[in-house]
Amino acid sequence: MLSIKDLHAEVEGKNILKGLNLEIREGEVHAIMGPNGSGKSTLGHVLSGRPGYEITQGSVEFLGKDLLELDTEERAHLGLFLAFQYPVEIPGVSNMEFLKASVDAVRESQGASAYDTVGFMRRAREACTAVDLDQAFLKRGVNEGFSGGEKKRNELMQMMLLEPRLCILDETDSGLDIDALQVVASGVNAMRSESRSFLLVTHYQRLLDYIEPDFVHVLADGRIIRSGDKSLALELEAKGYSWLDDGEVA
Amino acid sequence: MADLLTPQLNAETPAPDWLQARRLAGRAAWESSELPTRKTEAWKYTSLFALQQPFMAARESAESAEELGLELPQLAGSRLVFVNGFWREDLSEIEPDAAIELVRFSEADQSQAALIAQHLGSVVPGNKHPFSALNDAVLADGVFLRILKGSKAARPVQLVWHNSPQVDAAINSQRLLVLAEQHSEATVVEHFSGQGHSFTNGLTELILAAGATLSHSRLHLESAEALHVGGLHAALERDATLNSFHVAFGGKLKRIDIVINHLGQGAHCQLDGMYLLRGQEHVDYHTCIEHAVPHCTTDETFRGIVGDKASAVFNGRIHIHPDAQKTRAELSNKNLLTSATAEVNTKPELEIYADDVQCAHGATVAQLDESMLHYLRTRGIPADEALVLLSYGFINALVEKQRLESLRDYLKPRLADYFGAALAVDSDDAGG
Ligand SMILES: Nc1ncnc2c1ncn2[C@@H]1O[C@H](COP(=O)(O)OP(=O)(O)OP(=O)(O)O)[C@@H](O)[C@H]1O
Ligand SMILES: [Mg+2]
Repeated sequence: MLSIKDLHAEVEGKNILKGLNLEIREGEVHAIMGPNGSGKSTLGHVLSGRPGYEITQGSVEFLGKDLLELDTEERAHLGLFLAFQYPVEIPGVSNMEFLKASVDAVRESQGASAYDTVGFMRRAREACTAVDLDQAFLKRGVNEGFSGGEKKRNELMQMMLLEPRLCILDETDSGLDIDALQVVASGVNAMRSESRSFLLVTHYQRLLDYIEPDFVHVLADGRIIRSGDKSLALELEAKGYSWLDDGEVA
Repeated sequence: MADLLTPQLNAETPAPDWLQARRLAGRAAWESSELPTRKTEAWKYTSLFALQQPFMAARESAESAEELGLELPQLAGSRLVFVNGFWREDLSEIEPDAAIELVRFSEADQSQAALIAQHLGSVVPGNKHPFSALNDAVLADGVFLRILKGSKAARPVQLVWHNSPQVDAAINSQRLLVLAEQHSEATVVEHFSGQGHSFTNGLTELILAAGATLSHSRLHLESAEALHVGGLHAALERDATLNSFHVAFGGKLKRIDIVINHLGQGAHCQLDGMYLLRGQEHVDYHTCIEHAVPHCTTDETFRGIVGDKASAVFNGRIHIHPDAQKTRAELSNKNLLTSATAEVNTKPELEIYADDVQCAHGATVAQLDESMLHYLRTRGIPADEALVLLSYGFINALVEKQRLESLRDYLKPRLADYFGAALAVDSDDAGG
């Protein structure tokens, strides 16, 4: 589904990704862990097509298409979804208006008919309930004044409504209370299917107790330096990243 | 330009003595005053050239609301409607409310006439501003709203000045005097709309006695050909609170002067405004907040979106007098330019003569936020649609601040329409 080969990317002239390789097949759940500043969010931004990130080398194929040739919105239409580590606030545009515009655009691009207003509002309310947010959040400006955890739930709600093929969750578990973590986990687990894949960026092994990954990768200094199964996360938790540095040197 | 007076003088309606005296004084002041040119600092970016054409006196119209294209917010309170400056009883509604007196100058009883004579022009002396003098000179049927001491108006009061399209460009005059007595509370919405060429000289005075609270909106929704030179002048006594909200869709020429005088300690003013221009429209807001006494606060936010070859002017003056210690004043003006040929001249003017004050001001001309744009696009919203949504949000954020729900409900779809935003869902229905 997603095939990243030798990806190099820079921001403001600074090399961040330095030859990253990653292969995600349909239905798989991958977790990426790694120290602060290693390039995890950068990977998400690059995949989403954020301006300011320059790809200097390598290729990314998504569902048979050259992802890097597509506009940001086209990537979304194809089924790529990024839950932001720091979701943006958009005052003046209500969450409901935003969600409808988003779902309409994605459905239109896929040749599906738009939901009628009433039908859409019912879906939006259901998604709101599923992530345990009060309905009032649908009326508020997008993420405007939301707490950290509320923003993360809002990201998850969008993911549920858009039904993407590949979901990249950038630290969606950070800053969540224990109940919210359960909400995120059950949301993701409910969406797991043979045709949908996940890339979870996280610092905490705890999330992986709830969402069992097929693979765990360690990203350090712009490259994946170790891949394994879920036991790798446990090992990292116990030994820290320096254990890997040593391993590399040896 | 002195001709501006002629058509209205010719159409002059009989007036009671107190009004006639005011007219004559205004006429004298108008005739002896020089019209501002672009050499005058306050008119540097706004030319009055468009006024140099023959105007006719406005004619009475009998068209129905439908024929007039009159669409009003459903505020559920009293409503006075004027078409081409003439009162239209059939379109107006009076809801009895013991808290208020709402009369036209022509029907004021003796005590009301005395109050009008006492207060009219007390905030805006006719000899200070040529267009105020012009307004005085042709004073006909102004509106007087009195909110009685200690009373709260049950429903908003709406005043509508609408122009019907006429063969020749017509000249109109509007006048409103609001007297909010001690510890009274009310909501007033002024509404200017209409089609075709017209020149309106609108003048509103708000007097807030001690402890009074007034929510006021002034909507300029006239057609793209409309000309409007007008003003809002307010005086706030001790602990009075004024929330004043201004909306201007573009017109050929709109110049609105807003002057708020903090005259009593503890007075507070929240002043919000927005202007939307395209084509070759021109809107000029000049605001001036006079902090004459200590412990008053001002919170002023204006936002504009200017496209095509339109031009906007915003001049925000905050004048803190030497006695006005402990003043807290904030002024923000943000502008979005949506074309390379659009123009904004924005200038905050802080004049501070007291030392113990908190003041902040900012004026920006900016593009839409890149990270917001990217966020929307990652959700599948195409770039052009995302820009529309963000423009709408930039302005709508000010609408959302307004407390009158029926007004928000009226403005939001109009904004969405203006930007061409396909907002199928009205968020206010979303919670149900
Ligand atoms: N606009 C930018 N200008 C300069 N440096 C940047 C910019 N954006 C990111 N970086 C740098 O790129 C590096 C990688 O950042 P990134 O956000 O991808 O890290 P991360 O792995 O997600 O870290 P964290 O775990 O803290 O979220 C950091 O050193 C960061 O400072
Ligand atoms: Mg990060």
